[in-house]
Amino acid sequence: MSNQPDFADALAVAVKRAVPSVTSIAGLKRLSGGASQETWSLDAVGPSGTTPLILRRSPGGKRMERSSVAPSLETEAKAIRLAEKAGVPVPSVPYVLREEDNLGPGYLMGRVEGETIARKILRNPEFAEARPKLARQCGQILARIHTIDPAQIPELKPTDAVSEIEQYRSLYESYDYPHPVFEIAFRWLEERLPDTPPRLTLVHGDFRNGNLMIGPDGVRAVLDWEIVHIGDPASDLGWLCVNSWRFGESQNVVGGFGSVADLLAGYAEAGGKDMTAERVRFWEIFGTLKWGIMCMTMYQAFAKATDRTVERAAIGRRSSETEIDLVNLLFPSA
Amino acid sequence: MMDQPSTLELVTAVKEFIEKHAMPQLTGHTAFHARVAANALGIVARELEFGPTASAEELGRLESLLGMKGSLEDLNRELCRRIRTGDIGMTTPGVGEHMRATTIDKVAIDQPTYSGFKAAAKKT
Repeated sequence: MSNQPDFADALAVAVKRAVPSVTSIAGLKRLSGGASQETWSLDAVGPSGTTPLILRRSPGGKRMERSSVAPSLETEAKAIRLAEKAGVPVPSVPYVLREEDNLGPGYLMGRVEGETIARKILRNPEFAEARPKLARQCGQILARIHTIDPAQIPELKPTDAVSEIEQYRSLYESYDYPHPVFEIAFRWLEERLPDTPPRLTLVHGDFRNGNLMIGPDGVRAVLDWEIVHIGDPASDLGWLCVNSWRFGESQNVVGGFGSVADLLAGYAEAGGKDMTAERVRFWEIFGTLKWGIMCMTMYQAFAKATDRTVERAAIGRRSSETEIDLVNLLFPSA
Repeated sequence: MMDQPSTLELVTAVKEFIEKHAMPQLTGHTAFHARVAANALGIVARELEFGPTASAEELGRLESLLGMKGSLEDLNRELCRRIRTGDIGMTTPGVGEHMRATTIDKVAIDQPTYSGFKAAAKKT
């Protein structure tokens, strides 16, 4: 990274703008993960101590073409700030990058300590007391996200069940490779679209193990607001139930740690409206299908030579895990 | 006829080399990718071993479900087409059994440790 000294200098100037009385930055390192954005860890150092921070910015500081649904980094930062006001545990966002920072689009947020790796959260003894509480907490947190007034963030694009199903059907069809189980799942969903479309709300869009920072005390922060949008609130609850995010603890439908009853109880407690196990199940089935098609999409990046890693190639073979989950969901007695 | 070793033995030898000799010397991202590579060779080995039988059985089920002959890909495309037009649905006799048997065989090759596979395999 030849331009790293320039980058570090520019970042130090931005951090001084963001956090008063900061004199320097330390411990700058690029974090793995987050394929579509750059994520950096750093400490802001001042006379009163250090502030642990995360920088999220577009790759190389260039403004990228985003997919039609994905919001800009500025909008993402705005959504996190609205969530914080609504009582959602999130890292605070002290600063959104400006033109004069010369770092491209992005923002600084607090670095929250905790664990995001599902296998540790679901198995390690230090989370034993937290685990039984997590489903209820997730319900409460989602209810708070869903009560944020969408009019406060008109930049976000709305998408309902009909348009989501259409979007993933056309993606699937563009790959031109037959998956009879996916065809059955599309039909099942299309035949069960609600007669009266539900009220659309702000939804996180990727609320699952891996994007939840967990401590021994429970959920500490909801991360990765990359695909926040306006949609059916039940989609957030259903996505959390997709078997792939249970990491082997299939008996606990919600994230491998809890029950739908606890999730719904927490949701209602925090003011969430009109949520039913049936709506959650619809979106669990959609989410399972969606993850299967996302695996096909990631394989396409390999096939089209844009990402020739063995990881991208092999993930295409994870489509079948979603097919077996769909078979278990749709043909329980076959 | 090719000489020994078989393709299965060759792939297994490479997989064991990655796991036992290369991976212990690697760190970070490269170690992670080596693990993914070894897992991918595991898929290849299982497909070499079980794929031909699984495909033959899938083809037999497709022929009786659709009442026609063709290649595995052609018949899968035809099944997809009929599901889309509604000629075949969830309640069509044999569909559930075909979906379950075919998918169990696919996951047995792709990811035999997956929780959903263990749940599905219990039922057969």
